[in-house]
Amino acid sequence: MAVMSYRQALHDTLRAEMLRDPDVFLMGEEIGRFEGSYKITAGMLEEFGPRRVRDTPIAEEGFTGAAVGAAMLGLRPVVEIMTINFSLLALDQIVNHAAKIYGMFGGQRSVPMVIRTPGGGGQQLAATHSQNVELFYAFTPGLKVVAPSSPADAKALMLASIRDDDPVLFLENLALYNTKGEVPDGDEPAEIGRAAVTREGTDITLVAYSRMAHVALQVAEKLASEEGISAEVVDLRSLRPLDRDTVIESVKKTNCAVVLEDDWLTYGIGAEVAASISDGAFDWLDAPVRRVAMAEVPLPYAKSLELAALPSANDVVTAVHQTLDAVGRRSVGAH
Amino acid sequence: MVDILMPRLSDTMEEGVVSAWRKQVGDEVKAGDILVEIETDKAIMEHEAYEAGVLAEIVVPDGGTAPIGAPIARLQTAGDPAVAAPAAEPAAKQSAAAEKPAEPEAAPAPAAAEPAGTPAPADGSNGARVLSSPLARRDAREFGIDLATVEGTGPGGRIIRADVAKARDAAGAQPTTAPAPTAAPAAAPALEETDELIPLTSIRKTIARRLTESMQSSPHFYVTKTVDAGPLMQLRAELNERLVAADKRKVSVNDIVVRAVAVVLRDHPVVNSSFTDDGIVQHGRVNVGIAVATETGLVVPVIRDTDGKSLTRISAETRELAGKARDRKLGLDEMSGGTFTVSNLGMYGIDHFTAVINPPEAAILAVGAVRSEPGVREGEVAVVQRMTMTLSSDHRVIDGAQAAEFVRDLAAVLENPWLAVA
Repeated sequence: MAVMSYRQALHDTLRAEMLRDPDVFLMGEEIGRFEGSYKITAGMLEEFGPRRVRDTPIAEEGFTGAAVGAAMLGLRPVVEIMTINFSLLALDQIVNHAAKIYGMFGGQRSVPMVIRTPGGGGQQLAATHSQNVELFYAFTPGLKVVAPSSPADAKALMLASIRDDDPVLFLENLALYNTKGEVPDGDEPAEIGRAAVTREGTDITLVAYSRMAHVALQVAEKLASEEGISAEVVDLRSLRPLDRDTVIESVKKTNCAVVLEDDWLTYGIGAEVAASISDGAFDWLDAPVRRVAMAEVPLPYAKSLELAALPSANDVVTAVHQTLDAVGRRSVGAH
Repeated sequence: MVDILMPRLSDTMEEGVVSAWRKQVGDEVKAGDILVEIETDKAIMEHEAYEAGVLAEIVVPDGGTAPIGAPIARLQTAGDPAVAAPAAEPAAKQSAAAEKPAEPEAAPAPAAAEPAGTPAPADGSNGARVLSSPLARRDAREFGIDLATVEGTGPGGRIIRADVAKARDAAGAQPTTAPAPTAAPAAAPALEETDELIPLTSIRKTIARRLTESMQSSPHFYVTKTVDAGPLMQLRAELNERLVAADKRKVSVNDIVVRAVAVVLRDHPVVNSSFTDDGIVQHGRVNVGIAVATETGLVVPVIRDTDGKSLTRISAETRELAGKARDRKLGLDEMSGGTFTVSNLGMYGIDHFTAVINPPEAAILAVGAVRSEPGVREGEVAVVQRMTMTLSSDHRVIDGAQAAEFVRDLAAVLENPWLAVA
């Protein structure tokens, strides 16, 4: 098992899949000569040549549509859309075509493509370049949406996504590229649609994905060491299909939950998770499910304002305190 | 005679309402005449006759509903015999049909009375809405606690799990006071003055539910055998003599029976099983439960891995668990996970009885008292010590012969009880 960055895990996995399957090819803006805006595709053009590593014009709808066509005809394109903000330009191709072709044409053609795209704020890129619009895709039947939070999951989910016969939106996060972790050797794909309990606990369940799954783990450690609160962390890993069962099982154990997400609160993924909990674990809840999310504003450019708008570890701690106070279960710590 | 069918007037239509008949019974109908107005989920549409004749019968009156393809009327066509006759008959049918709409009108009346009646008791028992968390409600249900008697300490006075736990502890000290208000309204009717109503405790509710479920869902059958308990009593006497000499606590007949059961169960995995919808679960561990009578009701603490424990260990654990059971201090984990149960009424001098299986286990052994009675030993009439035991088995899991084999092998061990100790 090697320790490597999230970025390196993605690069190595993409390269391994290119070597394994000649039908896999890459497309996107600046992924060849410039080696990718985030250097995930570094060295790929040199190794695999321009036929399999294709620089595209700045035309998201066009190249995403081309990938849909290629996938329908049997290739396995991996498209990089520079940021998820730009994927909105390709929304029609993703939501109306990639997602629907299998169902609309009676299963005659599947669309085995991957759309890799990073999201997330905190980089001072202002309102139109800092969004987490994965909800739009998680909302769409026919798409799979995965969101790894660790280098190990980045690898296992990338393997699974490339080999999946359905279109997969593969959500990366700018804040995670340099995070490090152990990555297993070998070539074991994850099961898409299976959440992970990344930390066991008994007092409260924290549900999160992508960057917030990281934050959840940090908060859980802090709560354990400073206050003796035992938080269980469920990393969703996949937003569609959503592993409701794992979340529900955890809440049945802890009897309360806080759902963390990096995007706007209203109508969000946290709302979906909260609804699932109330559906599946109603009789096990001792307190309402709380959600921690971003402020409902276009994300500001000014650093201080941006930080104020993004959900922080402190926000999570506060939500945990409020929840546990409500059921009289915060034994340690002053308040 | 031609049936006029409820037409399909739109793709999404599944049934239609007869809005109004344009022709009456006895009317002459020409092909193309408008017969009836049909109301679909979208619109009211006219439906015309495809054939000429006389409208003989209206099956679905105005306002009536029928699925697509169901006959709504019948048309007497020229080809039919007895064209003249219908006049009288339809009249009768029509009046019958006319009565129909009256029915639905009458029906809602009693229904309307009901909602008016129900709120009253709700107000009477408790006017204010009790705020409580779902978990608290679940706990309250389980422990048989009335939430109206619980004080909420959560936000806005919401009752939370901790409040129910507190109420349960309080109720444990004085079990009769708390549940009374809930029980009274439900059972009021048939009581006479001399009767006393004892509220159901949660343990009594659990016993009632589980044993009813057991008798209803698992088909019981019984295998009985009487064993020569002489060797058993002798072993126990010898053993206890030595244990006392060694300043250790004595073992009981039941301890030896439990140990023997555990040993024999290892060779009879079918008896150490549970029936589930997915299949029969054969338990890898032998966990024998021991039925214990307490003041509040029957509980069954479980001795885990009974087959791997010595007789004295089983004896000590049984004593400890039974003590806890009587003090109501038994934890849930000490009462769960059993794979077989032994119930012994020997201390009450009972010769023989049958027991109800403790679900989800597949069998239970009912053990009677050791009694001295005349019997034949080695061809001579002599006083022999006997003990009768009955295995109740779930026939979904255990067949008759399998139960018989288990009881036979158990008897063999009990009659040669060193095998149980070995």
